[in-house]
Amino acid sequence: MAEKKTLRQEFAKGLIVENPVLRLVLGTCPTLATSTSMVNAIGMGISASIVLVCSNIMISLLRKVIPPKVRIPAYIVVIASFTTIVQLLVKAFVPVLDKALGVFLPLIVVNCILLGRAEAFAGKNPVLASAADGLGMGAGFTAALLCMATVREFFGGGTLFSGADSLFALFGVTSFTGIEVFSRLPPWLKIEPILILIMAPGGFFMFGLLMACANRIAAGRGKPAAGLNGCEACPMAATCSLIASKEKTNEEVTA
Amino acid sequence: MKPYLAIIMTAILTENFVLSKFLGICPFLGVSKKLNTALGMSVAVTFVMAMATAVTYPINARLLEPNGLGYLQMIVFILVIAALVQLVETVLKKYVPSLYSALGIYLPLITTNCAVLGVVLLNVEKAAADTAFGFGASMFNSVGAGLGFMLAMVMFSGVRGKMESSDIPKFMRGLPITLVAAALVSLSFLGFGGIAENIFGN
Repeated sequence: MAEKKTLRQEFAKGLIVENPVLRLVLGTCPTLATSTSMVNAIGMGISASIVLVCSNIMISLLRKVIPPKVRIPAYIVVIASFTTIVQLLVKAFVPVLDKALGVFLPLIVVNCILLGRAEAFAGKNPVLASAADGLGMGAGFTAALLCMATVREFFGGGTLFSGADSLFALFGVTSFTGIEVFSRLPPWLKIEPILILIMAPGGFFMFGLLMACANRIAAGRGKPAAGLNGCEACPMAATCSLIASKEKTNEEVTA
Repeated sequence: MKPYLAIIMTAILTENFVLSKFLGICPFLGVSKKLNTALGMSVAVTFVMAMATAVTYPINARLLEPNGLGYLQMIVFILVIAALVQLVETVLKKYVPSLYSALGIYLPLITTNCAVLGVVLLNVEKAAADTAFGFGASMFNSVGAGLGFMLAMVMFSGVRGKMESSDIPKFMRGLPITLVAAALVSLSFLGFGGIAENIFGN
């Protein structure tokens, strides 16, 4: 981040060029677990984005106060506080979503995207840029989740936006409960949904395919493939000695 | 003993943390390249999971819940786990340097491993829903989750070893093919559905 970027650029890079899920390979656990339906994906994406923007702003404000040695615990406390707030809000206003996301809502706190952005960006940059970065990363996360969830829900469940009333009830819309696609097909075109896609193996499989597509597109633009190691971009890699072994494995790969 | 065995079997096979609950995917993908690192990481994770549960369960049951501080669970748990991991790292460095050189580099990663926080949160959730799910059950569940993580890691390192010598299409190389392979391993674990209930009669 040597050169100055405009706020718009900070926001836009999170969407595609540095998409947290597809390019930086952060936050794989919630991506796999909550992309079973579009509503879950949107709920998870928005919740994580709120935490991301708030914690980015807070960490950026505190960046000159926090001693570098204890910065990781400090970041974790800030992120945990905002995650708790969001969790309680979701529990209070969208209880169905809280049930659907289950343990992954509180687990936003250990989502690598949050600590990763705190470590790589918010701890070093001014408030507005950090907020834009958080917003962009959050949007990129939501977009990747939604992308996967759309395919998984459509082919795996035969619906789109199923259960949308629980989420949209927040805005006073309860009439839209999603679109049944497969059950509306004429009898001669009767297809059963591929149930396995919304189960665990389907999550891994779809993520693999999505990753391959992202790598293909990146290669077309002369960019390297996304990290070979799942935890290559993990924020803790910078603080632990794994960074050394990480470079070693990179050399092995290129050699 | 029977219910405890059922809990362990369920945690290892039917509700495998990595392959059916999607917890701890980062180490699963990142550290499963070689058998010894996969084994080391999973031993470290199992150990920290058991320790974390042993420490956080009483904190939650004796300190947080009676005082109506349940909403602080997450903050307290993550700090306790972070301190615990630091402690384990220091102890290993001092007393078992050979183990430290093998596991030490993964220990800091475990702090932000969702599997550890996940098992702690799930235990608390289960204990809140079912009063019979006490400290013993929580411990067995944690150890089972850790062993399940180990099983997945070790199996997958074998799969990845085979993949090294295969001819893979260019854009599937690296992470995509790893994920597809993980899907197949996960598929095989679907076959264990209901096995614990059938053996131990629920």
